[in-house]
Amino acid sequence: MTVEKRMNDSCDDFPHGMRVLAVDDDPTCLLVLETLLRRCQYHVTTTNQAIKALELLREHKDKFDLVISDVHMPDMDGFKLLELVGLEMDLPVIMLSGNGDTKLVMKGIAHGACDYLLKPVRMEELKNIWQHVIRRKKFDSKDKKTSNRDKPASDGGNGLGSSGAGNSEQNEKLTKKRKDQDEDEDEEQENDHDNEDPSTQKKPRVVWSVELHRKFVSAVNQLGIDKAVPKKILDLMNVEKLTRENVASHLQKYRLYLKRISCVANQQANMVAALGGADPSYLRMSSVSGVGQLQTLSGSGQLHNNTFRSFPSNGIINRLNTPAGLKVHGFPSGVLQLSQSQNLNNNDHLKFQPAMVPVNQNGIQGMPISGGLDQLQNNRGVMSVHFDAKTFPILNKLSDPRPKVTTSGSHIPDLGISNNALTLESRLQGTQGNVRYETLSSSAASQNSEFSLHLLDQGRFSDNWSSAVQPSVIQTNSYPPNECFRQTNIRPTDNMASVPLQGGNLSGPSITTLSRLPRDSITDMHSEGVIFTNRPGLLSSNVPFQGWDEHSQGATHHSNIMFGSINSLTPVNGAAVPAGHTATDSTLHRNLNFNYCDPLQMKHDGFVELTEEQKSQQSGFSNNPGSLEDLVSSMMKQEKDQMKLLDGDLICDNYSGGISM
Amino acid sequence: MNKIWLSSGVLNSQLAKTGLPLWMLGLGADLLWADMNRLLAFLFHQGVLDEQFLQLQQLQDEASPNFVSEVLNIYFHESEKLLTNLRGLLMEREYKKMEIHLNQLMGSSSSIGAKRVTNVCVAFRAATHHTNRAGCLHALEMLEHEYCYLKNKLHELFQIEQQRALVAGVRYPEQNQNQ
Repeated sequence: MTVEKRMNDSCDDFPHGMRVLAVDDDPTCLLVLETLLRRCQYHVTTTNQAIKALELLREHKDKFDLVISDVHMPDMDGFKLLELVGLEMDLPVIMLSGNGDTKLVMKGIAHGACDYLLKPVRMEELKNIWQHVIRRKKFDSKDKKTSNRDKPASDGGNGLGSSGAGNSEQNEKLTKKRKDQDEDEDEEQENDHDNEDPSTQKKPRVVWSVELHRKFVSAVNQLGIDKAVPKKILDLMNVEKLTRENVASHLQKYRLYLKRISCVANQQANMVAALGGADPSYLRMSSVSGVGQLQTLSGSGQLHNNTFRSFPSNGIINRLNTPAGLKVHGFPSGVLQLSQSQNLNNNDHLKFQPAMVPVNQNGIQGMPISGGLDQLQNNRGVMSVHFDAKTFPILNKLSDPRPKVTTSGSHIPDLGISNNALTLESRLQGTQGNVRYETLSSSAASQNSEFSLHLLDQGRFSDNWSSAVQPSVIQTNSYPPNECFRQTNIRPTDNMASVPLQGGNLSGPSITTLSRLPRDSITDMHSEGVIFTNRPGLLSSNVPFQGWDEHSQGATHHSNIMFGSINSLTPVNGAAVPAGHTATDSTLHRNLNFNYCDPLQMKHDGFVELTEEQKSQQSGFSNNPGSLEDLVSSMMKQEKDQMKLLDGDLICDNYSGGISM
Repeated sequence: MNKIWLSSGVLNSQLAKTGLPLWMLGLGADLLWADMNRLLAFLFHQGVLDEQFLQLQQLQDEASPNFVSEVLNIYFHESEKLLTNLRGLLMEREYKKMEIHLNQLMGSSSSIGAKRVTNVCVAFRAATHHTNRAGCLHALEMLEHEYCYLKNKLHELFQIEQQRALVAGVRYPEQNQNQ
């Protein structure tokens, strides 16, 4: 069995033969690093592209013990890669940079890096990196409860000196927390999956799968978040082999997650308020969604928080050109990005946004309402609503499906997407979009978190997720979203609806995919996320959330992200949401980044991509809005109610006819 | 072998041990050794190179006999591209992009031990932070100067190395010479 074999290998002559993956775009450094590592008697694989690195890691999950990656890389931000690796594979990652700025180091730590080395890398430092592998393994085998139990072993090799110690410790905790939640396997309580544990004691690890987490969340909700104690939760959940400790630590993480969501929600609310005129509901929604996403991601622990964390907030903030500040581009999962699509002729879609946001209500899973692109001609807050595939179906389910996007955000409550969307989510296997839904309402935050967690769970932690992500990623990538995206100004062309598809490019492929969307099942959507495939690179779900942060491109990015993530969710969403991206080169660039960064993102991205359509529109996409629109409309049909995105008509209610992409 | 170049005393004894070829060309080889050492010492003293370069040399062994020259070749190739780009970007006042390029140049320069080049990069980067065009221009010129100097010296070093190798009867691949 792999596990045993690996254990044996590692036990025998560790750290010799430790398998390291080195990633650096600079060939000089890469060669030096590789040679140094070989001299330390590690087994080294190198690549100069982050994307390839991810592929390698995903392909051979068990083949690496450690990853060393440069921070500044052209195809993907090193931090994004770091998050992804941590989330998906749960491997220790060491950051490498020529820049020793404290902020950067902090960022690395925050994203879960085990260590942060400065260039030039020295042999002495590399000789000690194996400690991170051991440490992680040891932590895995211990009780999930995070604690200060282990002081990091000698910090040796940490170029940062004293800060390194603190960092490693923090990292340990972070990684431990994350690790606890992360799990590759789908099955619940895949105890044997602990394949990296060389230590003698092999404690079975509980995998918090989506199912499990859902039970957990429902139990918590039943008891009331304040009154939820591990023992009772455990009883309510009634799951075998789950110990009180497992529940306790999970509860801890969950609480953190909720806290984070509420923070984000506040931020978003502020943002929206700042934007002025934002409908409070919008705020709520956006914040919620944003937060939710983040929260779900981070809080749940299952989700690799890092990614999501940055994602939602960024998206929201950036995107919210409109008062709605619904920019939730970041919703990793199922976030409906209400991006202002140019197409949104009316503010209708804006309305949709808000409506979307509250998704939390039942059944609306992952309403990733984010958006608020101010691109809308009329409204600042034109928010292209990116409805993830998921959202759409969910919306259907909603009792009040009207996804009216109104900048004013008055409709937000309409969506009524509830946290219960989880059910939907769970259906979505590993669709990242799912996660999005969760975040929507603050109230539903917990629920959302459930969803998101589940989603994330599904998506992230399971293999399915990876695979799911992969396809979606691929798909999104096919979109040349970036182009579309970039169009910062979402042209008010009525094609907006179509635009979301990402502009011209989409028209072709996207349409096909979109048409696929009509499938009801969310899962379909999930797979449909592929719609975006046409867009190469647009949807790279990996939308680097971080990238967003840095580039406050505004809606464009967000929409990208949204779309990206959406891809899995619903093609429709993508199409519908003509994110009012501010077309900027950077956005394009960013989109690309996003694509790579996070598979979940991809889903969103998919949507974003769609929104990017706007860009494409600008770029002449408008030429074939018809096609897109057709596509969109067909997609939307199913979601009629909900799709009200892009065109004023698009709003779900009118969707059937109206989506003009 | 490389590691010993600093100590001519050791070199002498080594030469003596090696046998006829060296013995016959001993003087030549010895001189070359001395030249090489001198040059290296000089470069170290001037701060052109630092201990990272030593580490590079230590990494060269029988398994990878041309490691240093390989790395340097790559470095030169990449750096020239970066420098060209930098000049173009400066003309267009693209400070952010310049910073990205600078980061890479800094990283690679420090990885091979080109200390002076790295230092200039640092100053250059600071100038880009302040979007100080004049400062950037000045830094770029200095950077180009330092880079050329480094390249020339390293070429010289490799030439001596090659000659020494020839003289010592050791075969080195022709591409040792950087460009």
